[in-house]
Amino acid sequence: MSDHNEEVDDNTPDNEPIPLMQRVLDNPFLLLFLGIAVPTVFYLIWGIIEITQIPIAD
Amino acid sequence: MSNNTEFRTCPTTGLKVDLAAEKLIKVNAVAAVVFLAIGGLFGLLVALTRWPEVHLLPADFFYLALTAHGLDVLLVWIIFFEMAVLYFASAVLLGSRLAAPKFAWAGFVLMLVGAVITNIVVLQGKSSVMFTSYVPLKAEPGFYLGIILFAVGALIGCFVFFATLVVARQERTYQGSIPLVTFGAMTAAIIAVFTIASGAIILIPTLLWSLGYVANIDPILYKTIWWAMGHSSQQINVAAHVSIWYAIAAMTFGAKPLSEKVSRMAFLMYILFLQIASAHHMLVEPGFSSEWKIFNTSYAMYLAVLGSMVHGMTVPGSIEAAQRSRGLNKGMFEWLRKAPWGNPAFAGMFMSLVFFGFIGGISGVVMGTEQINLIMHNTLYVPGHFHGTVVAGTTLAFMAITYYLVPLIFRRELMFMKLAKLQPYVFGIGVAGISVFMMGAGTLGVSRRHWDMQFADAVLPFDYPSAAFLMMGLNGMSAVLAAVGGIMFVVVVVGSVFFGRKLEKDEKPSYPEVPPQSAAVAQHGSAESLKIPGTTMLVAIFFIAFVLYYFVNWKYLSEIWPLS
Ligand code: HEM
Ligand SMILES: [Cu+2]
Repeated sequence: MSDHNEEVDDNTPDNEPIPLMQRVLDNPFLLLFLGIAVPTVFYLIWGIIEITQIPIAD
Repeated sequence: MSNNTEFRTCPTTGLKVDLAAEKLIKVNAVAAVVFLAIGGLFGLLVALTRWPEVHLLPADFFYLALTAHGLDVLLVWIIFFEMAVLYFASAVLLGSRLAAPKFAWAGFVLMLVGAVITNIVVLQGKSSVMFTSYVPLKAEPGFYLGIILFAVGALIGCFVFFATLVVARQERTYQGSIPLVTFGAMTAAIIAVFTIASGAIILIPTLLWSLGYVANIDPILYKTIWWAMGHSSQQINVAAHVSIWYAIAAMTFGAKPLSEKVSRMAFLMYILFLQIASAHHMLVEPGFSSEWKIFNTSYAMYLAVLGSMVHGMTVPGSIEAAQRSRGLNKGMFEWLRKAPWGNPAFAGMFMSLVFFGFIGGISGVVMGTEQINLIMHNTLYVPGHFHGTVVAGTTLAFMAITYYLVPLIFRRELMFMKLAKLQPYVFGIGVAGISVFMMGAGTLGVSRRHWDMQFADAVLPFDYPSAAFLMMGLNGMSAVLAAVGGIMFVVVVVGSVFFGRKLEKDEKPSYPEVPPQSAAVAQHGSAESLKIPGTTMLVAIFFIAFVLYYFVNWKYLSEIWPLS
């Protein structure tokens, strides 16, 4: 896989800078990270913290 | 990159198809349809049991059938088909070789073995715990083991998908950004990774508990983490079927999204905010704060709903724009009237879109509101809602694209044209019926997962209003209709795949018609025109229905639970 040159984006004819949002959306692994981090933090971690604070009956 | 990948060129679209990817698409799709047939049959048995006049199965078989139904359709059918979608959207649409086909095969085998194990264990009768398997209900170890193997196989499929994206980029098989359909499939794959990780976190300890190595699993912790999987897996489906809507619009009309940017942002909303709505399954659970419940099910999640509404508007909008550019410009709806309603791929897709929005979507937002949820939690309203999403939405969309897969990927001529033409209507109307009537019964209080709504041998008798019995009768009839539609699908597809005439190497299929501009499915870019009065009208009708229904349910809540 080394016989290709480094990232040159075919998308921009005149070396215009690629808009930030487009760079984000073109990066599957960044999106993968976000798609795991958001629900892990807001649903799982926050939810489990609340469960652990339920007092245990005696 | 030298390797011995073999390609063929599709005579219709001109796309380059990796033969290894093609074979994997075929086996995954066939496995999917087989389990749809099995699971659909169980669904019919369940519905006939819940029809009071028929009350088909005895109680223990009812719960067995309900468990098998949930697993085989929700998990096995859908996820096998999604694997086919992932391989199609990566290798085929990017014109790339599939990365690591051997791994993809290993994933397929694991999924198949897992599905068979779980089915056998369920049929043995000691694991009728429903597909949710809430602890402390305990199934045999094989039940969890099968699901875990299935999930590992699916995870491998997701990694093959991501690896193929990398390969295609490095080998420069496409220019610029990936096509929108591939982007949507990537959204599905991202959600799938979170789904499967959550499943592993909770099901592996549960397996050990079932084997006796772990003493206790906390029920509320189980339920919380289980739904991170259970709910998110539904969002894989949404992302996948929305991608299929775009794919069918492109393949039937050469339609391009109104604005690719906006559509991609809508998928981003899914990636960020769909999965947190898992909390709607915990809305009546004690121990969670209202902040946690409402943040996860309303405020933040509405951004994801916004994403769905964007797709719901731009898919028909893109079709309208494409049709108008071809001169179908008369009035508001000529573009829709003159659409190919005899093409089951288009008909299925359009019904999927309408039913998903009007039945599944509206009811989902209403039910996800914490206060209103209290009047329908755990009633039949819930299965009513999700047969609107996952059956009328996802299943119908998957069926629709299958009508293109048969000629284009299996390279067989579609058999039984008349049957195929009618199939989406029969199935769609049947499923819309089961959704609406189960929702009706649920509004009247009928519980889900309950064998006998007459409470014949209950110590304290209880009577549902007679309208509830009527609803369940209508539900049973709709179930029969849906089952007929399901059988028609299986007959057409299995018949064509195994016995249909093989298409010649360069032959273009004649039915359903796939025009040359269908190659748009593999391109990115937006439509030129934004003149879509018909779609604007449809969207306005949708909003009015939405607001009215939302209001009616608040009113209903205030009557059940008077505050003044
Ligand atoms: C012929 C088609 C179908 C019919 C007649 C049907 C009917 C039913 C009925 C009557 C129930 C039971 C409701 C209750 O008692 O709680 C049910 C549950 C369910 N159905 Fe279907 N269904 C069909 C297809 C599907 C498909 C294609 C899917 C998924 C893609 C699906 C997913 C589910 C799930 C997840 C449940 C819940 C099971 C549980 O509560 O454990 N169904 N269905
Ligand atoms: Cu959910």
